[in-house]
Amino acid sequence: MGLVKKSRIKSPWVLHYDCTSCNGCDIETLACLTPLYDVERFGIINVGNPKHADILVVTGSVNKRNERVLRNLYNQMPEPKAVVAVGACACTGGIFKDCYNVLGGVDKVLPVDVYVPGCCAKPEAIIDGIMLAASKLEEKAEALKEAKAHA
Amino acid sequence: MSNKTVIPFGPQHPVLPEPLQLKLVMQDERIVEAIPAIGYVHRGLEKLTETKEFTQNVFVIERICGICSFKHALAYCQGMESLMGIEVPDRARFLRVIWGELHRMHSHLLWLGLLADAFGFESLFMQVWRDREKVMDIMEETAGSRVIISTNQIGGTRRDIAPEMLAKIDSVVNEVKEDVERVEKVFCNDYTVKHRMVGIGVLSKENAKLWGAVGPMARGSGIAEDVRTLGYAAYNELDLEPVVETDGDCYARMKVRLREVYQSVDLIRQAIAKIPDGPIHVPEKGNPNGEVISRVEQPRGEALYYMRANGSKTLDRLRVRTPTFANIPALLKMLPGHQLADVPILILTIDPCISCTER
Repeated sequence: MGLVKKSRIKSPWVLHYDCTSCNGCDIETLACLTPLYDVERFGIINVGNPKHADILVVTGSVNKRNERVLRNLYNQMPEPKAVVAVGACACTGGIFKDCYNVLGGVDKVLPVDVYVPGCCAKPEAIIDGIMLAASKLEEKAEALKEAKAHA
Repeated sequence: MSNKTVIPFGPQHPVLPEPLQLKLVMQDERIVEAIPAIGYVHRGLEKLTETKEFTQNVFVIERICGICSFKHALAYCQGMESLMGIEVPDRARFLRVIWGELHRMHSHLLWLGLLADAFGFESLFMQVWRDREKVMDIMEETAGSRVIISTNQIGGTRRDIAPEMLAKIDSVVNEVKEDVERVEKVFCNDYTVKHRMVGIGVLSKENAKLWGAVGPMARGSGIAEDVRTLGYAAYNELDLEPVVETDGDCYARMKVRLREVYQSVDLIRQAIAKIPDGPIHVPEKGNPNGEVISRVEQPRGEALYYMRANGSKTLDRLRVRTPTFANIPALLKMLPGHQLADVPILILTIDPCISCTER
């Protein structure tokens, strides 16, 4: 395993964006970083710059205004990258599904790799989701390599 | 003098857990003007409540904001109860105070942590959030969920708290108080912390009134306004004095919130000592008719609910005025003249809750 690949799996950096979440899942995502749950033991760090991030954690459903922001953030992240949808509204739209300004879950805009259900999703579930996404990064890196070899 | 430049602050910014966008017009390092751009979290929840039954609306309203979900539901339930003439049982009124104050504690501790993060004091952030987990554990034990506890319903509460659990809450909030006293020393006396906050973002008493600031923001500027003193739920039976600081700067607002954590601990202990036995819920009969205004004190300030019902199962109109909405004008007036580096702290000291504001 090369150094880059190893660090990507052993230390995935996370970018968190709140679409239209009620804050419940956001504070639970933040709670993951703090001493009780302490995701840093998996090498996970919350970063503010999409160019440093491997995993995009999205909370809340997508609306007409933040769709562009979300796409922008995703496009700025370097390959390989994974998307984790946290909470019921990020997965399907949840209770906001019928609102006039809501387009639906995150998968309406981005390819989602891991769905973490719950309202609000529990920190344990969020950590599970992020770790699952980290293992998917490895597969994605392999696929990228093959695609490059064939190109 | 150099030319003016516009720096977009947000919607995605490491300091903000939520997407608030401010376009900052800068001259060198100083802010000349701040232009807010909102709508990133708008869902249209007020419209959604018109399509659901008035009993189902409680669940929608709790999701206006996760941090103060209990208070939102409380405002709605109290409005509906007064509209339908429901007398809430005494035990339920006290339970509402206990959960409400637990929510205030967790919200203020969360905010203190975020503030520490905003001025780059990460170990303090971690410390405060570790203490906060004790409050979250109580919520999980009493309601089964950590954040949106969903214990309010029209006519009372959905769950009761057992006497052993009440005793446990009493001792845990006392522990939290001791923990907060430990971090208070750092927040109030640390040279660097003071350097970042004393004298920054001064909001005078007159201006706080003029721009309609509410909650800890107004109380930090010397206005002794607290909706809890009106005596909704069981607050009329508890000893309560609004926490007031007079300096009006970031430091004063921080101290108000710190002291309100102690106040909440005190209120919870008073409520536990006084809570009567009895039923926790009376079923509602018929449909609501007429219009009503309901006010509660949220961790961020006063929330105002207006509801109009027409005698059917659905409401005609539900309007929410949230505390952050009232505090944003004051923030925009405070920002000019400050340095770019002070912006995160200034934004945080109004304790913005964008998902409340935009619904």
